[in-house]
Amino acid sequence: MDKVKETLQKWCEVQGIEFSSAEAEERYKKTVQSVADVIQLKTPAKIPVYPFNGFFPAYYAGFTPKEVMYDFDKAGLAWEKYLRDLQPDLYVGPFIVSSGKVLDIVGYKIYKWPGNGLPDHQSYQYIEAEYVKAEEYDDLCTDPTDFMLRKYLPRVFTSFEGFASLPRLFELLELPLVGPHFIVYGAPPVKSALEAVIKAGEEALRWGEFLGSFGMRMASLGFVDPTAGMSKAPFDVLGDTFRGTRGIMMDMFRCPERLLEALERITPIMIQIGLAGFKATGKPFVFIPLHKGADGFMSDSQFKEFYWPTLKKLILGLVEEGAVPFLFAEGGYNSRLEVIRDIPKGTTVWLFDETDMVRAKEVLGDVACIAGNVPISLLYAGTPEEVKDYCKKLINSVGKDGGFILGSGAVLDEAKPENVKAMIEVAKS
Amino acid sequence: MKGETLVNLITELKEKEALNLVKEMLDAGTDPLKVVEYSRAAVEVVGKRFEEGQYFLPELIMAGEIMKGISELLKPAMRQEAEVPRIGKVVIGTVEGDVHDIGKNIVAFLLEANGFQVYDLGVDVPARQFVDKISEVKPQVVGMSCLLTVAFEAMKRTVEAIKEAGLRDAVKIMVGGSPVNEQIAAYVGADAYGGDAQEAVELARKWCGGGK
Repeated sequence: MDKVKETLQKWCEVQGIEFSSAEAEERYKKTVQSVADVIQLKTPAKIPVYPFNGFFPAYYAGFTPKEVMYDFDKAGLAWEKYLRDLQPDLYVGPFIVSSGKVLDIVGYKIYKWPGNGLPDHQSYQYIEAEYVKAEEYDDLCTDPTDFMLRKYLPRVFTSFEGFASLPRLFELLELPLVGPHFIVYGAPPVKSALEAVIKAGEEALRWGEFLGSFGMRMASLGFVDPTAGMSKAPFDVLGDTFRGTRGIMMDMFRCPERLLEALERITPIMIQIGLAGFKATGKPFVFIPLHKGADGFMSDSQFKEFYWPTLKKLILGLVEEGAVPFLFAEGGYNSRLEVIRDIPKGTTVWLFDETDMVRAKEVLGDVACIAGNVPISLLYAGTPEEVKDYCKKLINSVGKDGGFILGSGAVLDEAKPENVKAMIEVAKS
Repeated sequence: MKGETLVNLITELKEKEALNLVKEMLDAGTDPLKVVEYSRAAVEVVGKRFEEGQYFLPELIMAGEIMKGISELLKPAMRQEAEVPRIGKVVIGTVEGDVHDIGKNIVAFLLEANGFQVYDLGVDVPARQFVDKISEVKPQVVGMSCLLTVAFEAMKRTVEAIKEAGLRDAVKIMVGGSPVNEQIAAYVGADAYGGDAQEAVELARKWCGGGK
C-alpha cells in the first residue's frame, strides 16, 4: 500500500517530459494528480475521463482497423488526431491494435484480424478452442515455461512449429550436455522458427520505437497514457487461450484439484508479467481484463473457490511492488462486489461495464476507485444529450466525492464522435 | 426407481455415475426411449435451476457433456429418433463478423430444455444463411446474438435481408448479447431484446402462444 503511494507520488512529480507548452504541462500534471487522488479515494481537482478506447481513434480519423494494424504511422496519425480533437485526459495507447506485420510473421493462429480472416473495417477476435488438453495439466505444472515453449507455441503459431522438437533448456547444466543440446537447432524446422523469431523481433523493434516516441510526444502535449503493462487473472489464462470456456468448466467438475494446482502454479508468473512493464516505465496501471468470473459465468461459491483466490494473489503481488491493478470487469460484477472488497485500500481501479454503479460505490467505495459504466451501446446509438444526461447522473450518484473515473464501460471501437466528445466534456464542467 | 436416480445424477452433474447407470439400465433391457425421457427431464431441471440462479454456465456445459455421453451410449440401442412434441421452432445464431458463442449457446440450451426445436446456425452467420434457414424450417422465432458493437450493423443487415425475402411478418425477431439493449433492438429493427437467456425463453414462449 505504501509502495503504491510511492509510485503515485513519483508519477505526479512528472520527470523527463519536455512539454510543448505551459498549458500542456499544467494539463498533464493536473491529470496525473487527479488520477493519483481518485486511486487513493480522495476528491480530485477534476474527475478524470478515460474513454477506454480500442479502435475508436482509427474509425474517428477515417482509417480502417487494418490500416492502423499494418501501418503504425497511420496509427500515430489516428491517435494524435483523436487526442487533439477530443481532448480526453487519459487514453489507451496504439499498442492495443498490435502490429499486423508481427502477427503475420509469427503466424498467430488463434485470432482473426483484419488482414487475416476478417474484413478491413473490423477489430480482431479470439477464436476460442481447446488448445491445451486436460491431460496436460501435469506437464504445465511441472514447468510452465517449458510447456509454453515446446508445446503451446508450436500449436498456436505456424512459424514456431519447429519448437516442438527443441530439447529442454534446463539441460544446459554441464559441458557434456551443451554440445548435444544444440544439434537440433541446426535442423530446418527449428532453424526456420528461429529465423521467424528474428524477423518478428526486427519488425517489433521498429513498432516498439514508434510506440515509445509516440507516447513521449503525446505526453509532451499533455495527454496521459497511464498503462504500464498487462496481466491476466490465472483462471482466465487457463480458461481463455489454454483450455477454453468449455474445457475449464468441465475441469471444475472432472479434475478440480488439478485445475486449482495449475492456477496456483501460474500465479507468480502472472505477477511477474504484470510487474515487468511497471518496472520499466514507472507508470502505475497494470491492465487486467477479467473474463470468466463475471455474473452468470459461475456461481458465487465457484467464484470463491476457483476464480478469486488466485486473482487476489495477483492483485496483492502487484500492489506489494507498488503497481496499481486496473481491473476491467467486463459484463456484470454485481454478485462479486462483496468478495472483491477484500483488497488493500486505495490501490486498485475497477472499470465496470454493466455493474450497478451505485451498489458498487456502496460496497467498494471505501476500498477501491471505480470507473467506466457509460454503455458502449449508448455511445454508439444514442445522442449527445442522452450521453450527457447519463454521465451527469453517474457523476452525481457515484463520482462527485472522488474515487471515480468517468469512461466507457467497455472497449470503445465504433461510436459517434459527438457522443464520445459529450462524455469527455461533461467532466470538464 | 432407477429412472429417478438417473434424473438426480444428471441434475447433480455426476457424470461418471450417470453414464454407468445408463450402461447398467441398457444392459438390464431398459427401453432406450425411457432413458431419453429421463435425460430430457433432467435437462429441464438443469435449465430450471439455471433460470433460478442456482446453476450457472459450468453446470450447463457439464450437463451438455453428460447428455452427449448418454447419446453415445444410446446410439447402438436406438432405432429411431424419438418424436417429441415441441412448443415451437427457433432459428438462432451469432451474426456475421462475430465469433462469440457462449451467450448464444446458453439461450439455445435453455430453449431446448424448455421444449423448443432449436436450429443453431453457429457463429459468424451471414444474413443469407438466416434467410435460407427461415424459409426452410419456418420458425416462429429468430434469435440473433452478438458480443461486439461492430455486429450491430450485421444484425441490421440480417433483419433487412429477412424483410427483403418477404419473411419478416412470418417471424418474431429477438436480439441479445452483452452490448445489446432496447435501443439497439430498435436500431436493428428487431421485435424485442432479451436481457438474459431466461428473457429470451420467455419471449419465445410468448410468441409461440405458450405463455407461462
